[in-house]
Order: sequence, then structure tokens, then C-alpha cells
Amino acid sequence: MHRTDVSIAVLEAPRPLTPSVALPSRGDRRYGCTTDRSALAEVRVPDAGVREAAPQDAALADRLRNGDADAFAHVVASYSPAMLHVARGFVSTSASAEEVVQEAWLAVIKGLDAFEGRASLRTWACRITANIARRRGVLDARTVPWTDAFADGDADGGPTVDASRFRGADDRWPGGWTEVGAPATWGPERAALDAEARAVVAEALSRLPDRHRTVVALRDLHGLSAEEVCDALGLTMGNQRVLLHRGRAQLRQLLEDYHVSKEGPR
Amino acid sequence: MSDDNRDAATDETTLACIQVVELVTAYLEGDLDPHTRHRLDEHLAVCPPCQVYLEQMRQTIDEVGSVPVENLPEETRADLLDAFRAFHSTDNPSSD
Repeated sequence: MHRTDVSIAVLEAPRPLTPSVALPSRGDRRYGCTTDRSALAEVRVPDAGVREAAPQDAALADRLRNGDADAFAHVVASYSPAMLHVARGFVSTSASAEEVVQEAWLAVIKGLDAFEGRASLRTWACRITANIARRRGVLDARTVPWTDAFADGDADGGPTVDASRFRGADDRWPGGWTEVGAPATWGPERAALDAEARAVVAEALSRLPDRHRTVVALRDLHGLSAEEVCDALGLTMGNQRVLLHRGRAQLRQLLEDYHVSKEGPR
Repeated sequence: MSDDNRDAATDETTLACIQVVELVTAYLEGDLDPHTRHRLDEHLAVCPPCQVYLEQMRQTIDEVGSVPVENLPEETRADLLDAFRAFHSTDNPSSD
């Protein structure tokens, strides 16, 4: 796509991705987050600031609108890592992700007047990144649209722990861990993982399926709240949690494999 | 697997381990309804392997937090800064 093709569309909230979930009413748009209401109803909102930008974000946006280059350098340095993870959820190479993020920043520069402080500045920048990356991913004919992945239920269905680790239905304790299937503690000396284990985690994260990696990275690495991730990626709360769960469970398994290989089987 | 866990399998108001492992994220997120949360707490109280599993999920989350982050190349960031300056030098034409 052309650089000049930064339209206001990329600044808008994404459409909900899951047709099976009731569409939010128009009023939900003021949250800039297409969460499904039933999921929200049982959810505690951990960070009220999600709904309204923190005061420092409003001040930051003002500085940016006034052309404060130091402020811009600061936000580019601090938000780009999360934006790169967003972009990599939709496009296939790091180089392509960098281009998307660069394009997103150009859209931010031109679109700052459209920032209304309903999300944090970083969430807003992530949403713009997702909109641009999604488009490019479609052009590359590379990504399975996230919504299709939910529709077929393939990658996001089924157990996250190998069923053979649990007792069968005709067992005395159906669904309980078997003797050999039960997870062994990684040991107190393992509570702080060594550098090698850390490298294992970094590698494992990079190898997760796109949707799982993106959500896990935004939540557990970049510290976005569940609501912010929904807002940035156009996910329902329920789907966000599914992706987070599946991603974390795969990482836990890989860490377990690492420890077992290191300490030997029990 | 402890003998105490027998209840989890025989009493349908309690949870089996195979269900617990699929609920840990909702549990950590505080997204479970009070009844399910209570059932999960009861299960954890008597099931050491599931306690281990939950603790490992917490450790995994902590470890992801220490993964090095990648940033845009220095050169790209400098280009963006130039674009920002250019945009603001042209969009504020002198009014006099």
C-alpha cells in the first residue's frame, strides 16, 4: 500500500472479529473496545484507567500536537516494541512488521487530532498498527483472518494439556492426573530461571502461533491490560482469554520439557 | 495424585484436574464466577499436582515478562523524528 494511503479508517476501532458473539451496541464504541457485554458483566475491570486515558497521556498528546520532538522520540522508543508485536500478528517477516509500525507512526503524526483520550495513547497506537497490519496481511494473502481461526475452532479448541496425562473416564478418579502425568515441581532453585531457560522462553514465545504470541506478548511482556488488548486487536474479552490461555499453556509445557530434559525424567 | 482428590472425581460439584488446567487462566484473570472459583479453590486445597501446575503458569508469566524486547532500528526512529518535525513545521504557517 502507498504511504499516502493513511486514511482516517486506520484510526478507527476495529470491527468485532467473532460473528458468533453478539455485536456490541453502538454505545460501546465510546469505549473503543468491541467487548461482548456478557463477558464484561462477569469481568472485573482491573484498571479503570483503560476507559479513559491517564492524565499524563492527555498531557503527552498535547505535547505531541504542539510538535514537541522530545515527547515524540519518547513515545516512539517506548511504544514501538508493543506495536512490533501487534504487527507480527498479521505479517510474516520482521522487516514487514517494521514497515507497518513505521507507517502506523506516520498515521499517528497526522491523526493526533483524532485521539480523543478514550484509550491510552499506546493502545490507540497499537490499534492503528493492527489496522494497517491487518490490511497488509490480507494483501500478502498470508494470514488466516483471526476470525476464521475462531470459526473453525481448530487451533483454539481442544485440551491445552495432553489428555494422556489424565486418568480415563472408567478410572476410579476420572480426569485426575496419572502418576507419571502429574507435573513435577521445577524446584525452589529453579524459581528464578537461569539464562538458558530465559532463552528457551524467548525462543518459545517467538514460535507460538501468531494470535497466541501476540496476545501473550502484549499482556505478559508489554503489560497491556485485557481491555487494552481487546481494544487494540478488536477481540472480545472471551476470545482474548482463550488466546492468552492457549499461549501461556504452550509456553508452560515448553518450560516443563526444558526442565525435564535438564533434570532427567522422574 | 493424592487420595483426597477422590472427591474431585466423584462429587460433581467439584472439579477434576483435567478441568482445572483449562480454568487456570480465567482463575488468574479473576474472570471466574464465584461458584466456579470456589470449586477451584477447594480443588487446589487438596491437589498438590494442580498447585504445581498453577505455580508453573505463574512462573511462565513472570518469565515472559523478562524476554528482551525488540525495538525499531535507531535509523528508522530518526527518520520518524524527521517526519514529525517536518509535519509540524509545515502545518503551522505563520499567521502574520
